[in-house]
Amino acid sequence: MDIFIQQLVNGLVLGSIYALVALGYTMVYGILGLINFAHGDLVMVGALSGLALLKGALGAGLPLPIALGLAALGAVCLCGALGVLMERIAYRPLRRAPKLAPLITAIGVSILIEYGAAMIWSKQYLALPPVIQSTTWQVAGAAVTDLQVSIVLLALVLMAGLLWLIRATPLGVAMRATEQNAEVAGLMGIDTHRVIAITFLIGSALAALAGIMVLLYYGVAHYFMGFMLGLKAFTAAVLGGIGSVPGAMLGGLLLGLIESLASGYVGDLTGGVFGSNYRDVFAFIVLIVVLVLRPVGLLGTASGERA
Amino acid sequence: MRLLSAGGRGVSSWSQPAARRMRFARTVLVVLGLALLPFVLDALAGRAWVRIADVALIYAMLAIGLNLVVGFAGLLDLGYVAFFAVGAYAYGLLASPHFGVHVSFLVLLPLGAIAAALFGVLLGSPTLKLRGDYLAIVTLGFGEIIRIFLNNLNQPVNITNGPQGVTLIDPLSLAGFSFGKSHTVLGVTVAPVHAYFYLLVALVALSILVARRLQLSRIGRAWAAIREDETAARAMGIDTRNLKLLAFGLGASFGGVAGGLFAAVQGFVSPESFTLQESIMILCMVVLGGMGHVAGVVLGAIVLTALPEALRVVGPLQKAAFGHVWIDPADLRMMLFGLALVVMMRWRPAGMWPSPGLRSSAASGPAAAAAAVPLPGEAPQSLAPRARGGPDGAA
Amino acid sequence: MKTPPLLPRFLGVGIALSAAIMVTGCSRESEKPAAAGPAERVVKIGLAAPLTGSEAHVGEDIRNGGQLAVDDINAAGVIVGGERLKIELVVEDDEANPTKAATVAQALVDRKVAGIVGHFNSGASIPASRIYAEAGVPQISPASTNPKYTEQGFKTTFRVVANDNQQGPTLARFALGKLEAKTVAVIDDSTAYGQGLADTFSAAVIAGGAKVVAREHTTDKDTDFKAILTSIKGRKPDVIMFGGIDPQAGPMVKQMVQLGIRARFLGGDGIQTPNFVKLAGEADAEGVYASMPGLPKAQMPGGQAFFDRFQTRFGKPVELFAPMAYDAVQVLVDAMKRAGSVDPAQFLGEVSKTQYSGVIGPIAFDEKGDLKDGPLTIYVVRAGQWEPVETIARSTAAAPEPAAAAAPAAPAAAAR
Repeated sequence: MDIFIQQLVNGLVLGSIYALVALGYTMVYGILGLINFAHGDLVMVGALSGLALLKGALGAGLPLPIALGLAALGAVCLCGALGVLMERIAYRPLRRAPKLAPLITAIGVSILIEYGAAMIWSKQYLALPPVIQSTTWQVAGAAVTDLQVSIVLLALVLMAGLLWLIRATPLGVAMRATEQNAEVAGLMGIDTHRVIAITFLIGSALAALAGIMVLLYYGVAHYFMGFMLGLKAFTAAVLGGIGSVPGAMLGGLLLGLIESLASGYVGDLTGGVFGSNYRDVFAFIVLIVVLVLRPVGLLGTASGERA
Repeated sequence: MRLLSAGGRGVSSWSQPAARRMRFARTVLVVLGLALLPFVLDALAGRAWVRIADVALIYAMLAIGLNLVVGFAGLLDLGYVAFFAVGAYAYGLLASPHFGVHVSFLVLLPLGAIAAALFGVLLGSPTLKLRGDYLAIVTLGFGEIIRIFLNNLNQPVNITNGPQGVTLIDPLSLAGFSFGKSHTVLGVTVAPVHAYFYLLVALVALSILVARRLQLSRIGRAWAAIREDETAARAMGIDTRNLKLLAFGLGASFGGVAGGLFAAVQGFVSPESFTLQESIMILCMVVLGGMGHVAGVVLGAIVLTALPEALRVVGPLQKAAFGHVWIDPADLRMMLFGLALVVMMRWRPAGMWPSPGLRSSAASGPAAAAAAVPLPGEAPQSLAPRARGGPDGAA
Repeated sequence: MKTPPLLPRFLGVGIALSAAIMVTGCSRESEKPAAAGPAERVVKIGLAAPLTGSEAHVGEDIRNGGQLAVDDINAAGVIVGGERLKIELVVEDDEANPTKAATVAQALVDRKVAGIVGHFNSGASIPASRIYAEAGVPQISPASTNPKYTEQGFKTTFRVVANDNQQGPTLARFALGKLEAKTVAVIDDSTAYGQGLADTFSAAVIAGGAKVVAREHTTDKDTDFKAILTSIKGRKPDVIMFGGIDPQAGPMVKQMVQLGIRARFLGGDGIQTPNFVKLAGEADAEGVYASMPGLPKAQMPGGQAFFDRFQTRFGKPVELFAPMAYDAVQVLVDAMKRAGSVDPAQFLGEVSKTQYSGVIGPIAFDEKGDLKDGPLTIYVVRAGQWEPVETIARSTAAAPEPAAAAAPAAPAAAAR
């Protein structure tokens, strides 16, 4: 039983990390209908720049909370800038192109960011200096750290914030309008280019925060780490329903839990024939089953959705 | 079309036999050029480029196959490499010391095609209701599932030999002629890479022919209808279910044959060759070449195979120009490749060589896009109408 | 929709960023032209490894190791057949991709290299080996551990790294003997290296009478191992063995401590790196065991000096396979010296007769091209450093010969 609760905790935290990445992913995804392969790489830039800034700030003798705050702020600004730049240079000219064209651009941008990062921060696996002392609590027989709790909380807070932004602010209205029909939104006086740029800015800032949390939690950053994270976020976003913010959260959590429980229990259930090596197989099978039953994802809406 | 491009001087002055002679002459020239190409490449650029040409031809087959699914039927497939893997493992396992079985390629290539087609239908059946990106993620998952199985089916019973892969796979051999050895024909040494080149050219030509025929057939027109508007297609009485399965199955069979050839050329298969990145790269070839246009996707495959290899010069070039290697050549090479993707899509959003008649409508604004009623045989304006309506939500 | 203009500001940051890219790019190491001497003979040696992708850090390490050897040889002025050798290292990126590896192999053969150091992944070394064999160019892999690599019957195929069949059983004997393990959990990273090592280890553990209570798998791209570790926690093993490399092992050990697992952790040469200690954190890495083919650094001729010089030359410590790559180049040149020729057809025979004392220990090849069973050293992390525990002569099953491993006991005790 202890083990089971621990697995739930593991899945919840892993899922929150996926959700953190997926939140930004789904925003961009929703507004442009674009599989932004470069989103994971923004997470990577967040982690690597955060690490560099953290080391610099600590080296300058700043106390940890301030150094951490500065690192997060710096990473958010850098990623935000990169996101807006990316949108302006690479994606905006393709607004009217055939739908798969931006996908190829996204792959190109992803390669550019990866090797740009490699030139700046090398291709080593960089370790976080041992500055974060996490406290471990025993909850119902499971080990839970303060960092894990803060990851889950951050994901929830950001989700709530995004929901508020989209549902209750003028900007959110503009975003939803652009999402539904950019042309009509433009006719209604909405500067759709700016709305899309802001969406990229917010999505990229979220990616930076996700990167910082990944860095703090796993203690490692690497120029190629974005690919896997992006892939998982993509999966989570689709599972929850493309463009849906609560869907990204739910999809992320679900994916994390499935992976955790599949790793933990499938080996026993199948008598050792399928072990933890089939973790992703089970995750994808659940995804396929969900999509067969609900072709628009768990919380996605079918209205106006033809793709 | 052909007359116009061949003649240049008023078509009407050409009599029918003259036109036929012209066509014949062109065909002879093309065949002759292809026959000499490996030796020219070998002499001028080195044997590595003959091998690159071989690899490009294998990718061309894959691109043609994927184009059937993505370009013709409009089904976004991010797991196409799975069928390549099925074909490669079918060949590798049945023509190597791994099981001690050595079946002829005349059996194995069709077998690979059939096996891959079955997997294609297997993938297609649960995904019939899915569209666009939802389909993309499921196909992506399918590709990963196949790779994970290949990587792990060495336990409890060793079938695929796991991550270690299958070694010492037989080269193709036909009537005593082995493609795996060098031969001397009329004083010219024909290395394995040369021999494979001719075989691959023949098979790619055959694939182009089949794909073109399919595109122009009733099936191809039905696919185009599904691609442009599935609901309408169904309303017109098209059996969308079976036609989509057919697209998956036929598309996959090209991948299966390419896989078998890959196994024979490499002599080795392992799961590392069948990653998601490969699927993405094949999709890039299709989109960048000109989705829906068979010649375009072949061009895409050739360019995207040759470009990264050509970019290897950045190291020596830096040294020649500055006497120093300033920027890590490996990183620079990748960055230039990424940049090339971005720039090419920026300037030719419909691909390098899209279907004739498409370019004008793709390049211009929403009005033109809305007005351009897609005709069968034309490349898709958009893969599926935009998810959430971009600025050209009119589609 | 009144928002301040964002774009100009962000463009500014972007420009600053690209400037930063350029500056960092320019500070990369440059190659110094060697002092020219009379009757110089330029000889090319090919080096192929993944320089891009998720394993690029290992590839760069291999490249740097090879480069250091080339610098040393050029500086030393090696004379072969009356001519002074000037080695030129031709480096190619195989992207850890079997298809690219074969292309790169052909390109290196086209450029008339005399020998090859590479590749890293077994999946790259194997398809490439066929091309080198056809061209008669000797290939020494510094890192491919898949037994099949040398089982293809090619005369040109060698490696200077222990294969899985050599390392796993030795590690198992250590776990059962010295660590008195009765129950063992085994994890691998689903690669040819990791799985091979884990499988041979498991087989030897079972043969030795202990129990494998959990057999788990992860991948070489994961960073979250909590689920498999939790599952292992429930089985309460004495020892957890990981077949894989340090980017996974570091976070894994950290998470193991977080979950309160008290088992000993051990791995193969893939985790015996300084970066492992950094990734796990000094405190959590304490007491982790790893095996490494060869004698302890301190006992090797030029061992410690190599690591110091590497650090000075490249500004970072040895990651993993740089010593092997260094020795691979040295072995090739050594064979050229003995044959008195730089023609692969002439010196290939001498490569197989190698008796060389390298940075990684004595190097000799068996008839397949594998490293003859040399000694293997077990290390443990004490106060952030890998300290040798004992050296095991592998060919003889018994008779472990404890090396002079006077690990500083006092700081070790204090650290935990």
